[in-house]
Amino acid sequence: MSGVMKRMGMIFRAKANKALDRAEDPRETLDYSYQKQLELLQKVRRGVADVATSRKRLELQLNQLQGQSAKLEDQGRKALALGREDLAREALSRRAALQQQVTDLETQHQTLQGEEEKLTLAAQRLQAKVDAFRTKKETIKATYTAAQAQTRIAESFSGISEEMSDVGVAIQRAEDKTAQLQARAGAIDELLASGALDDRSGLAKDDIQAELDRLSGGTDVELELQRMKAELAGGTTPQQAIEGADGTQQDQGQGRPEARPRFDKQ
Amino acid sequence: MIVRIMGEGQVRLADGHFAELDRLDDELLAEMETGDDTGFRRTLLALLGRVRELGEPLPDDSLEPSELILPAPDASLEDVRSLLTEDGLIPPA
Repeated sequence: MSGVMKRMGMIFRAKANKALDRAEDPRETLDYSYQKQLELLQKVRRGVADVATSRKRLELQLNQLQGQSAKLEDQGRKALALGREDLAREALSRRAALQQQVTDLETQHQTLQGEEEKLTLAAQRLQAKVDAFRTKKETIKATYTAAQAQTRIAESFSGISEEMSDVGVAIQRAEDKTAQLQARAGAIDELLASGALDDRSGLAKDDIQAELDRLSGGTDVELELQRMKAELAGGTTPQQAIEGADGTQQDQGQGRPEARPRFDKQ
Repeated sequence: MIVRIMGEGQVRLADGHFAELDRLDDELLAEMETGDDTGFRRTLLALLGRVRELGEPLPDDSLEPSELILPAPDASLEDVRSLLTEDGLIPPA
């Protein structure tokens, strides 16, 4: 069984390979093609060399035959000078046989020479083509490498390549979470403002509490004002004025028998 | 071997740890296939925990191909299931 992490890895790799098209690298194909062309050029050159060798061998044979022919001609002339016509005839007939061989070899030599010239020309043309191909190949390779780098960069930015897509997912998740938090913060603000949610921080007050505070603050001011007025009118101590104002402390003091003996003793 | 935890980064793990991790990984896949949500979550967290414990984190600026990839800790069973569909994470070219 193939686990989750293996399967995820395989999917990532398969996609990355597809994106980068690593299966067939044109640079490798070009290099292979160039190699094949060089091998072909080498074969043609070898062919030229073989033909040239054969031609030289023929030239040597021709030289030998021509030497022998000249020798026989000389021998025939000497035989005639000595009055040996029979010998002269023999020499000349041998020379004639050699001449036939020379003619045949010369024909072969011409054919080989023509062949050699054709092959030399073909090799030169092929060499030029291979040179041109090498230049073009290097240009294509450089362009491809640059394009590949550009593609990789573009893929990285768009999150297509294996590693960057992961980063892209992480960023997306972070963005989602941020948006979620922002939305939540916004909703909480609205709920607090409407009074549907209590503010436990104590920093904010709802409108009812604010009104109560305002009212109680006003009461304190009124009480203070009354106390001052009583102080000015009756000459009572502030404590008495306050106690008299609500009427409770004074009544309690008069009703308490234990409070009196202190005044009697004075 | 380089392992990536999605959203966290990469760690380098010694080959000797894979027997244990493979077991958890296979368990995770089985739970995903049977739709065992509780088991899936437990095993995923256990697997991630072991990878974090045993692995040596790679620097953030290094970018090496991951041989194994693990879902993020908060990935749901459905998330992982969708990651493992034919299209995977990366949209088809």
